Amino acid sequence: MKIFLRSREAQLIAAMLVMVAAIAFRFPAFITPTNLASVFNDTSILIILAFGQMVVILTRCIDLSIAANLALCGMIAALINVAYPDLTLVVVVSAAIIAGALFGAINGLLVWKLDIPSIVVTLGTMTIFRGTIFVLTNGAWVNAHEMSDRFKAFPRSTFMTLPILSWFAIIIIGIIWLVMTRTAFGRSLYAIGGNPVAAVYVGIDVGRTRFWAFVLSGALAGLSGYLWISRYAVAYVDIASGFELDVVAACVIGGISISGGIGTVGGALLGALFLGIVKNALPVIHVSPFWQMAISGIVIIIAVAFNARAERKKGRIILKSAEAKA
Amino acid sequence: MSDNAITRHLPDRLGSRAKDLIYSWETLLLVVLVSVFAINSFASPYFLDPWNLSDATFNFTEKALIALAMALLIISGEIDLSVAAIVALASTAMGYIASIGGGTSAMVVTGILTGVLCGAFNGLLVTRFKLPSIVVTIGTMSLFRGISFIVLGDGVFKGYPAEFAWFGQGYVWWVFSFEFIFFLAAALVYCILLHKTSFGRTVFAIGNNQTAALFSGVRVGRIKFILFLLTGLMAGIASVMLTSRLGSTRPSIAMGWELEAITMVVLGGVSILGGSGTVPGVVIAAFIMCLVTFGFGLLNVPGIVMSIFVGLLLILVIAAPIVYRRVSQRRR
Repeated sequence: MKIFLRSREAQLIAAMLVMVAAIAFRFPAFITPTNLASVFNDTSILIILAFGQMVVILTRCIDLSIAANLALCGMIAALINVAYPDLTLVVVVSAAIIAGALFGAINGLLVWKLDIPSIVVTLGTMTIFRGTIFVLTNGAWVNAHEMSDRFKAFPRSTFMTLPILSWFAIIIIGIIWLVMTRTAFGRSLYAIGGNPVAAVYVGIDVGRTRFWAFVLSGALAGLSGYLWISRYAVAYVDIASGFELDVVAACVIGGISISGGIGTVGGALLGALFLGIVKNALPVIHVSPFWQMAISGIVIIIAVAFNARAERKKGRIILKSAEAKA
Repeated sequence: MSDNAITRHLPDRLGSRAKDLIYSWETLLLVVLVSVFAINSFASPYFLDPWNLSDATFNFTEKALIALAMALLIISGEIDLSVAAIVALASTAMGYIASIGGGTSAMVVTGILTGVLCGAFNGLLVTRFKLPSIVVTIGTMSLFRGISFIVLGDGVFKGYPAEFAWFGQGYVWWVFSFEFIFFLAAALVYCILLHKTSFGRTVFAIGNNQTAALFSGVRVGRIKFILFLLTGLMAGIASVMLTSRLGSTRPSIAMGWELEAITMVVLGGVSILGGSGTVPGVVIAAFIMCLVTFGFGLLNVPGIVMSIFVGLLLILVIAAPIVYRRVSQRRR
């Protein structure tokens, strides 16, 4: 219990409660269940992507191509829908996920087989993915009237009062939590981030695990691609441009260490929700949306400072206990 | 990012100087540069026109100026993703000064000062609070451009004094623009700074082993702070030139430049893990990117398709030596 109170998750929950309470004090409508549910729904895509990014960051890599991958897979889903409007949605969504996983595999292979630093690889593939969208479409937009009704309506349709989009996020939260805490793959991600050399001695194939981390991140980006396109009912080259930074920010705010090995599913979830609440609260308290960028910048810097302090403290405590034993 | 401890290895013996020079990264880049130049002159009749080539330099000198300082920063093991946002903030500051009636000199001083201050802010966060630069500068990137958005919203600053236009549009002599000459001078200064001064040696020392450098009496924090300051300074100067060239400021100015500057640096043979790289390499890489994009432009290839090639170039150029090394090792 004491450990939980000191954890990043508890700090974030406290910060969020204070923030929401402050807003609710002046605008009670903000904390009605319907509004909170719509904030969650609004943040769903960010949550899904934050998990993908978390898995990659845990292994000391980074995936800057995640938003470009989303845009490309979304465009592929939209083009399939335009070409075959009668195709069942399961096929379209699977196509987006598989495409995303393949693009993630390209990143993963370059990192695994060629040992190129992930930041260089994903910087390159980011521009390549965006460019590919342009080549696919010649820069044309796929507009709402070209998409089939079912394609657009699916994420908005409700199931047990929540939109399907939110259910996607909830299911992904469950799956990722299981993977991270209950599978050998999930634990080896932490092991690699904590100490890659030691991970090799334990018998973990570092490169192969990183590869699968990128594939997972890509698959989640592919799924988000469909969700994004169908929710906003438009697809073009620049959708979600710059969103990779929001995703990294959500992870950093959630206490995931950029140097790998530290971070939890709950942290990533709360980090994404924190950004989501800030985004949705600004218009409510009549702050111009132009302030949003600067505010998230400040939040990121503060979060990094907190992360660094927490990590340093942990190191000291380990030393102290070691001294005490000796 | 990656665990360089496993992969980095020192050669058993050093090769001869001449052999080193022939097999060096810079030579490879020069070969690429010459072939790009040759292909371009065959592909388009308009390529080999001095005025066209001069026009081509405008688009890259500003980014290349940033890349020079970024190269030193990356060699020291840090990175600055906020450079493009600094350009935007400095441009906004200049626009504000102009809008309250400031003259050309006041604008230039403001622009450069804003850049230096932003660099100092990054440097302070990284060195004093010991935060990882990649996340800090993602944060400040959002903050700096965010301030521009707060000031400007969807508005625009324009109507700058006529003499201000010289920095981005003026020519020193014949086809040589002020921007281009300034870039060459800056490249020379950075080359001397990195390769011929003790400051440059310490930059390499920090990049290779920060702890060892610290124990050797290098003031790691101070050197890194200066490098962030320099990067801010170059972004400020680039902002003066870009603003002067465009003649207006919007908050989305110079969007995505950080990636292009980093691409130039990495293409120039600077290790993204820090510890190695040269200024001439970065300069040649800048020219390659300039000529590739200019050549494609003459062939009516849209900018976004060019970016595919820039991305491919980045990955291929890094991958080629690795694959080559693997294959030659396997043969042995």
